[in-house]
Amino acid sequence: MAVTLDQTIAQRQHNWLSTLLKSQAFWVFIAIVVACIFLSFATNSFATPKNVYNITRNVTFTAIIALGMTMVIITGGIDLSVGSVLCLCSMMLAVTMHAGWSIEAGIAAAILTALVIGAFNGVLIAYLGFPPFVVTLGMLSIARSLAMVASNNTVVFQFGPDHDKLLALGGGAWVFGIANPVIYTLLLALLTGFILRWTKFGRHLYAIGGNEHAATLTGVPVRMIKVAVYMISALSAGIAGIVETGWLGAVTTNIGAGMELQVIAAAVIGGASLVGGVGTAFGAIVGAALIEVIRNSLGLLGINAFWQGTFIGSCIIIAVAFERVRQLRSTD
Amino acid sequence: MSVLELTNISKHFGAIQAVNDVSLSLEAGEVVGLMGDNGAGKSTLVKMIAGNFQPSHGTMRMDGKELVLHKPVDARRHGIEIVHQDLALCNNLTAAANVFLGRELRRGFGPLRILDYAGMYKRAGQIFAELKSETRPRDLIRQMSGGQRQAVAIARTRLSDAKIVLMDEPTAAISVRQVAEVLNLIRRLRDQGITVVLISHRMPDVFDVADRVIVLRRGRKVADKRIADSSPVEVTGLITGAIEQV
Ligand SMILES: Nc1ncnc2c1ncn2[C@@H]1O[C@H](COP(=O)(O)OP(=O)(O)O)[C@@H](O)[C@H]1O
Ligand SMILES: [Mg+2]
Repeated sequence: MAVTLDQTIAQRQHNWLSTLLKSQAFWVFIAIVVACIFLSFATNSFATPKNVYNITRNVTFTAIIALGMTMVIITGGIDLSVGSVLCLCSMMLAVTMHAGWSIEAGIAAAILTALVIGAFNGVLIAYLGFPPFVVTLGMLSIARSLAMVASNNTVVFQFGPDHDKLLALGGGAWVFGIANPVIYTLLLALLTGFILRWTKFGRHLYAIGGNEHAATLTGVPVRMIKVAVYMISALSAGIAGIVETGWLGAVTTNIGAGMELQVIAAAVIGGASLVGGVGTAFGAIVGAALIEVIRNSLGLLGINAFWQGTFIGSCIIIAVAFERVRQLRSTD
Repeated sequence: MSVLELTNISKHFGAIQAVNDVSLSLEAGEVVGLMGDNGAGKSTLVKMIAGNFQPSHGTMRMDGKELVLHKPVDARRHGIEIVHQDLALCNNLTAAANVFLGRELRRGFGPLRILDYAGMYKRAGQIFAELKSETRPRDLIRQMSGGQRQAVAIARTRLSDAKIVLMDEPTAAISVRQVAEVLNLIRRLRDQGITVVLISHRMPDVFDVADRVIVLRRGRKVADKRIADSSPVEVTGLITGAIEQV
């Protein structure tokens, strides 16, 4: 039987359909679609323009950070500090603008803060070999405390001369009546997806998560990439913080509290594996969307909000169960 | 003139003296068997040549010029390729992605240079065919047999026109037929004028393909002689220490 070289090169283990059917993000997406169809019939208030607008906007803050978190998780790391970094960046933005500076200066201050914190986390993890869990747990505490120091633990709701610009940035709907945060999220998701699939940097993230030792031996600049990935994660929290500040119109030192768990949940539900080497931008978005749909629908169906944690927690465990089943199958 | 010359090379990890004052030279187109017990320092020695470790002491010269390697990319730029003992493969990536790991092909310009998937699949497929391996470029490493994994690790050395190929126990985990393929490949490399350093525990393999054998014991070089002038019994004695030095 003559198999030509071209045939061998073209030979795939799976066609696109079986790849799709094996993708966790795809099944989560289907679950969301089914839930949405069900809810539109079961309730009067789900498929209203107002509710859809709210859901899509609420997804975004988690989704934006889940994109950064997914990259960290792909390398086999974790970033617990994102909720606090969001808070600190929001506060830097608020305090800067409150003091009379322009919105550009405020955003620059917030982004710079994020990058410095990310670099600090990254250097400790990559160059000094500290465990990511511990470093970012420490930063979770530090960043929120710094936010309290920066604001003297007050609520900031006056943002100086560019007050209205900031509120429009986060609360507006400039394109086809779609909430601005949704547009930002889609753009960031496309960017993340592009980086993961089409760049050397993205390829190296998967390599590090798959076998860090092998990546090092073959000359992948593992340490630099790890620093970069924690900077990206902090940056995503910073961006979410800026957008959320504009939307809320006020910043307290509680903003983003506990958000790290929701973000990690979104990434994991979307198929990112905490052992590293697996994850997609699409997964981060659908993971965040599923959590928001659950939260929204419980309210609409008149189920006590105390049940929320049970549903979201179950989703996490089911997601991990799917991963286990796939692992067991592939080792057969 | 020798292709590569190591002078008084040492490497210590804290208190462990892994390689101790080793000098040797490699000629173009020769196959050198590097032998020694577990922990003798073989892998550490070739990793210094491949740019994975920097020597604690000593110098390396290539074609007469001093060679300082800070990272694996530097070694590859000088035509040095290595097959690592543990193969250094990522299970979650495809065969082609592993072959090109650290030197991915890209197309386009500037910041918009994107991975050239088609180009990498094609080149990897050609190399596997050349190696007579049935490995397919798009398959994930996770699902591969030992021989296929080995082929992927060896395929990396064929990406560029190497001068020196270092093989750290390339036949440890593969079938008899595949061992024969690897030994054939080593001969083909030698015929192209490439220097091959073969680390192996399998005495017959070394005596089959090597021109010269170097023996390390506890980090020190205890023998360096032509295969024709040695014997498996002598080499065994040198490895174990029954024969002190020749
Ligand atoms: N990265 C490292 N850190 C510390 N010790 C090491 C490292 N690599 C090798 N060693 C030590 O150096 C010695 C030589 O190891 P190695 O070169 O792997 O031997 P061989 O390949 O001949 O079996 C061993 O004692 C080993 O434990
Ligand atoms: Mg070894």
